[in-house]
Amino acid sequence: MSEQLKVPTMAEFMAEGKQPDILFWVGSAGSYDDRAKKITKAFVKILNKAQVNFAVLGTEESSTGDVAKRAGNEFLFQMQALMNIELLNAYDVKRIVTCDPHSFNCLKNEYPNLGGHYDVIHHTQFLKELIDSNKIEIKDSNYKGKRITFHDPCYLGRANSEYDAPRDVLAVLNANMQEMKRSKATALCCGAGGAQMFKEPEKGNMDINEMRTQDALETNPDIIATGCPYCNTMMTDGVKFKEKEADVAVMDIAELIANAQDL
Amino acid sequence: MEYVPNIIFAIILIIGIGYFARNVKKLIRNIKLGQDLDVSDDKPQRWKNMSRIALGQSKMVKRPIAGFLHVVVYVGFVIINIEVLEIIIDGVFGTHRIFSKIGSLYGILIGTFEILAILVLVAVILFWLRRNVIKLKRFLSTEMKGWPKSDGNIILYFEVVLMCLFLTMNATDLQFQAMDSGNVISQFIAPWFNGFSESTIHLIERSAWWIHIIGILAFLNYLYFSKHLHILLAFPNTYYGKLTPKGQFPNLEAVTKEVKMMMDPNVDPFAAPPEGAEPEMPAKFGASDVQDLSWVNLLNAYTCTECGRCTSECPANQTGKKLSPRKIMMDTRDRLEEVGKNIDANNGEFKDDGKQLLGDYITNEEIWACTTCNACVEACPVSIDPLNIIMQMRQYLVMEKSAAPMELNNMMTNIENNGAPWPYNQQDRLNWKNE
Ligand code: SF4
Ligand code: SF4
Repeated sequence: MSEQLKVPTMAEFMAEGKQPDILFWVGSAGSYDDRAKKITKAFVKILNKAQVNFAVLGTEESSTGDVAKRAGNEFLFQMQALMNIELLNAYDVKRIVTCDPHSFNCLKNEYPNLGGHYDVIHHTQFLKELIDSNKIEIKDSNYKGKRITFHDPCYLGRANSEYDAPRDVLAVLNANMQEMKRSKATALCCGAGGAQMFKEPEKGNMDINEMRTQDALETNPDIIATGCPYCNTMMTDGVKFKEKEADVAVMDIAELIANAQDL
Repeated sequence: MEYVPNIIFAIILIIGIGYFARNVKKLIRNIKLGQDLDVSDDKPQRWKNMSRIALGQSKMVKRPIAGFLHVVVYVGFVIINIEVLEIIIDGVFGTHRIFSKIGSLYGILIGTFEILAILVLVAVILFWLRRNVIKLKRFLSTEMKGWPKSDGNIILYFEVVLMCLFLTMNATDLQFQAMDSGNVISQFIAPWFNGFSESTIHLIERSAWWIHIIGILAFLNYLYFSKHLHILLAFPNTYYGKLTPKGQFPNLEAVTKEVKMMMDPNVDPFAAPPEGAEPEMPAKFGASDVQDLSWVNLLNAYTCTECGRCTSECPANQTGKKLSPRKIMMDTRDRLEEVGKNIDANNGEFKDDGKQLLGDYITNEEIWACTTCNACVEACPVSIDPLNIIMQMRQYLVMEKSAAPMELNNMMTNIENNGAPWPYNQQDRLNWKNE
């Protein structure tokens, strides 16, 4: 990478007596998972380029507790939530953006009841804002005519009725967008949700990600676009399973936008 | 002697409605076995949901063919109730077609009913074919064997018989035929009876009339034992349906209290609770039996029409896993019925029968296969939330029984120790920045 990423932390802002406009909640996957880290970095490049006044929590960030909650461990979830809320409130955080629909849902919907009230948005919603306010300039030639299909993450789509933002963002690529036979409210899960990411699936005829990848491949895509680090992993595995990795790329919307800006 | 029919009618009516009322009382008692849940918020939105989803059938038509046929049967059912009202008045007071006094409007009304009756017959036949001839996958799952399958068919037979009786009754009503208004369908049936004497025709008319009303009362009482209960419960059920975003799972308040105490350095964990304070610990975290679920969960279970739209959308079910959200709802109802019978048999007290919903009806394997994707919730035409029950059972398994799959235990230990589901050091959280 030629340019160094600028990733200020909340602590640094605090030390200077300043406040960022928005906190970027990186999430555990975005921090540690090799594939998801690339999404994180792509998103930061966009933020840097658009000169967004943002910060991360860095080493102070901890798991939202979302996955513990979906696994049924309400204790662990609430402990994580209360800890995070204490920290977020101490920094007087107002607005949060995250690339992980699970963190998004949890921070947005489940934290308020425990004392954490923030304006939480998903990175596709933020990208849409940046595009609408002309803070992002796209070279639409990079993806022109490429066949792209978007897989709705359950926790952005059905769980929070956000179907448009990712599609609106993808629209600026001037690509050939294809909907899968089940999309939006009827989209099939990638198989990772509800803590399934961390365990072997129960016995069945096939894995869920295979079936979903099949849906995607039926649109004959060059690229499967995702908006969730877990979906990304599941679809990448699915494409490998179908031995299509030479023809079909699985990419997060942030990566597509970063590439379209030649970042 | 001339009042005998009226008296017999009144007795049948009282028995029919009385038995139904008794079962409704039982139904309400059973639903109240569930935990309290406050659903008094946002009444305008709730009324809106009810009129849109239950009255307006907005979710039924997501599958256009089944949806359209269902609307036909539904409208037929609602409108024909006007006719039932006339039967009841006639029966009690010994009148004949009391509403015919209203003149030409009567013809229009009955004419509409007759057309609807034919449409209902067509719809019901198609429904029957779908269930029994075209082997539709969602009607073939293991949970649809035995009673649920016959239940579905019995309802259809009921409707066929009732519609045929209604048309026969009209066709053999000579006075009504003579009026020549409103007999849009029955005029074509009337000639079938041409060879009969007037008294025989009258006898047929009276028989059809009696069997029709008795059939309706029988049908009413059949509801309690059937998935057809949804024709009543769909209304309250959509009213009390979830209003928050589908991804928002409720936070257990009992846990909040505990966690706050644990995290507050000023609390002495060994201090005796203050005098008169409510005991802090709930009996149980999560749910293992129907009494642990909320009353809305139980209302859901009675409302389930076993249509299987949830299961056919479920990713776990589609990939051959044991989980079926429809089965979760059916199991909940079956167990609730069992608990209800237990209470009836033991003078109003539940006697431990050594069974519970989780384990005896629903297996852990089903509970752990769920991806919490909300596809089942989205698909349900009557706002049922099977996912909520699944989650409460997971909570029970994890918080009461420490019975999570091993990998999940590892994941949770990691969160406890490192603040991430993976075994990485929290100090490495920002390493990606320089990689
Ligand atoms: S939430 Fe669970 S039960 Fe419902 S459709 Fe998804 S995986 Fe199936
Ligand atoms: S829960 Fe809803 S969708 Fe599922 S079978 Fe029952 S009524 Fe149908």
